[in-house]
Amino acid sequence: MTPVLEARGLAKTYDTGGAEVLALRGVDLTIERGEFVAIMGPSGCGKSTLLNLLAGLDRPTAGEVRLDGERIDRLSEAELARLRRRRVGFVFQFFNLLPALSAVENVELPLLLVGRRRKDARRTATELMAELGVGDRRAAAPAQLSGGQQQRVALARALANAPDIVLGDEPTGNLDSASARDVLGLLRAARDRGQTLLLVTHDARVAAAADRVVALRDGLVSDETELHAARPVALPFGREERA
Amino acid sequence: MRELFLALLAGESGYGYELGQTLQQEFGELLPALNAGQIYSTLGRLERDGLVVSQSVEGDSRRKRLYELTEEGRTALERWIDTPVPGARLKDEFFMKLVVLASARLAEPKIVIEGQRREYLQTLRDLDALLTTNGKGVAAELLVEGAVLHAKADLEWLDLIEQRLTMREEPT
Repeated sequence: MTPVLEARGLAKTYDTGGAEVLALRGVDLTIERGEFVAIMGPSGCGKSTLLNLLAGLDRPTAGEVRLDGERIDRLSEAELARLRRRRVGFVFQFFNLLPALSAVENVELPLLLVGRRRKDARRTATELMAELGVGDRRAAAPAQLSGGQQQRVALARALANAPDIVLGDEPTGNLDSASARDVLGLLRAARDRGQTLLLVTHDARVAAAADRVVALRDGLVSDETELHAARPVALPFGREERA
Repeated sequence: MRELFLALLAGESGYGYELGQTLQQEFGELLPALNAGQIYSTLGRLERDGLVVSQSVEGDSRRKRLYELTEEGRTALERWIDTPVPGARLKDEFFMKLVVLASARLAEPKIVIEGQRREYLQTLRDLDALLTTNGKGVAAELLVEGAVLHAKADLEWLDLIEQRLTMREEPT
């Protein structure tokens, strides 16, 4: 089957007034349909650059990006914008909800932008919000919501068009630990329903929620790890007594 | 475990199985069922060392042993209470393994580090699953949160080790 997202030899050089900065130095990455992948690395490793290239928000210096088999790194701005609206969902660290719209209006916006009828969009948005545990906060303005609630609304917005892939940039980076755990649980639940997800994070705990963790160092993939279902854990009580 | 038992006996004398039950209440399913053998061998050692004494009591069906602290046991307990548990460890099984394997040229350090990173990430997955399914006592939850932080620190340490080792390899 065609991978949802595929990067080959992806490189990005920034010209910062004379000095060239190699942000990415040839990254290969394949994301299969239904996979939940985390890209992990310290700040400056190139993970945000990589996410921007995969999302078509920036263009690579070399290499190619394919979304469902189709090259996207040469599309025009207008084509890219159209593709992102229909086929990619985004979740950000700071939620990025539109402050002038209510929560449900934020969620239905991507549906309206691709031409869905208003009534139909409202129904889908309402269902998604209920699924994500913010069904009773539809009329609230983003500023009236807690961080955890804002991220749930943002996740509903990202899922609204049933995108090929949801891309997340530190989606729990601005949440307290309980809300972070809830949002991670919801991301895993989306994956269990077949949604493909790609997160970038510096937090190993977030990365460990994924099926596969790709470690990025100095613009290169340095390691890949498949994770399995959780193993049972118990206190090693009494072990020291046998010594 | 010795001192834990001394502490559990500080208030009043008790039977072995009661001590096990108290620990079980605090730590829930994190604590695998303590078998009677473990409990009684620990109490036996404490008695041998003069920190507890026991007397035989007629029970419902069979005789049971009631344990209580001795003066010496109380002193040992007070010392334990007043002494913080040692912090940073210099003993680390993974690191000793890495250094020895590398110096004996038995394995590529990078491969050993990658395997260990896999293990720590999987550990994080295991622990987080415990928090979502557990939702029990505060003690159990905090213990798991502590283990999560340790696993994250171990991962950072792996990165540091890997960086230093690759720096050394690169020709200058």
